[in-house]
Amino acid sequence: MPFEQRHLLGLEGVSREQLMFLLNTADSFREISERDIKKVPTLRGKTVVSLFYEASTRTRSSFEIAAKRMSADFVSLSASTSSVTKGETLLDTARNLNAMRPDAIILRHYASGAPHYLAARVDCPIINAGDGAHEHPTQALLDLLTIRARKAQIEGLTVAIVGDVLHSRVARSDVFALRTLGATVRFVGPPTLLPPELREWGEVHHNLHEGIRAADVIIMLRIQLERQGKNFFPSVDEYSRYFCLTQNALRYAKPDVIILHPGPMNRGVEIASDVADGPYSVIMDQVTNGVAVRMAVLYLLINRPRAQLETETVSEEAIAVESAAAAPRLRRKAG
Amino acid sequence: MDYDRVVMDAQAIERALTRVAHEILEGNKGTEGLALIGIRSRGVHLAQRLRAKIGAIEGVEIPTGIIDITLYRDDLSRSSQQPEVRGTHISFAVDDRRVVLVDDVLYTGRTIRAALDALIDFGRPRNVQLMVLVDRGHRELPIRADYVGKNLPTAANESVQVRLMESDGRDEVVIAHAEER
Repeated sequence: MPFEQRHLLGLEGVSREQLMFLLNTADSFREISERDIKKVPTLRGKTVVSLFYEASTRTRSSFEIAAKRMSADFVSLSASTSSVTKGETLLDTARNLNAMRPDAIILRHYASGAPHYLAARVDCPIINAGDGAHEHPTQALLDLLTIRARKAQIEGLTVAIVGDVLHSRVARSDVFALRTLGATVRFVGPPTLLPPELREWGEVHHNLHEGIRAADVIIMLRIQLERQGKNFFPSVDEYSRYFCLTQNALRYAKPDVIILHPGPMNRGVEIASDVADGPYSVIMDQVTNGVAVRMAVLYLLINRPRAQLETETVSEEAIAVESAAAAPRLRRKAG
Repeated sequence: MDYDRVVMDAQAIERALTRVAHEILEGNKGTEGLALIGIRSRGVHLAQRLRAKIGAIEGVEIPTGIIDITLYRDDLSRSSQQPEVRGTHISFAVDDRRVVLVDDVLYTGRTIRAALDALIDFGRPRNVQLMVLVDRGHRELPIRADYVGKNLPTAANESVQVRLMESDGRDEVVIAHAEER
């Protein structure tokens, strides 16, 4: 079965079959990182550009390692050290990059919908590495790969997502994919961080112990202090008193619960250090699996069969119009 | 044009594998340092069968691995379908081993070229040998097999299909017109 997407913009609406195909492909790539010679020639001669408008260590380095392990050439640009500081727009930057004929562009942007906007305007696949509070598809895929490696299957699991759901693109991508694969999702946090619309997707809990009761998986989210224009809770101390995942709180979850966190962690705020480093934590597995997931995504998007490309050029115009309409409008960064 | 010619039945495959198992042992003067690596997908089944045969003859379990050559193919961007990657599993060190690569059909030699590249990424074997169930000719690279189940002269517009119990429910080798596939 071929992978049908031209871009990886989000996991909303991606079918169960496509998700499984992505995960199976990623699974087979895990072994490459265990070798002495961690490199395969598959993407030799391909150029991958990463364009980051927000800070990142894990995601950007993970993509870079993934691209290099596939033998692609990797060019890394960040807004702070590029012409963006001279006032160049996203579109102009992307057009200039596009003119250098890359085989994929990895974009992280503070505006939701930025990757969709570019996807309709460049010739190569766009990989969303996080757009505003919208989606972060490769993070969700590595979460799924990590969960599947420990729990055999995702269908039927109870997954508690704890913390700052409001600002979390990871949570959104996780929810789309987990629900597609048949897991039950719960949200846990203070009312100010859980928008009321969440009830459509799963139970909402404002008490940590109730929220993680008998959960198979707990996904902790980072309190995104940098994204909060105003105060969503009285103090960090108060937040951690009620919602920090401690050894004591863990007793309420299933005995074989696993704990995920997308990083970077605020130790002592949303997660206690002994839990983050404890036996239930699979946080380092997530990081390892991230490389395999990104290798799979690069492989599937760049190495697309010719037949598929030919059928696409016919309707390219239609696709462009459609995705431009679907993309949320870009807003200027607040402040 | 509607012919499907069975050129090897289950018994013929069984006998060929038994003979080849003996040839491998003879050529390597025993099992010391010997390892089998099957090329996905049907080479894997053939490697397992050879391992069982060698085990029965010599009483030794020789290490057996699996190699997926998808990531090493030279035709990835030309192929009409996206090949599924299913992973390589070699749980032993290949350094200084005598490695026998196992595949079902030897044709252009490009699969073997890719398998050699993949194998070398795992280390430096003492030597690499090649076993195929069927050699159908039409080589495009300077590659030959050391152990052959059956030499089968074919035309380029014919296709050779190896069917094995493990994946296809029966053991046979069939020649068909390529158009019929």
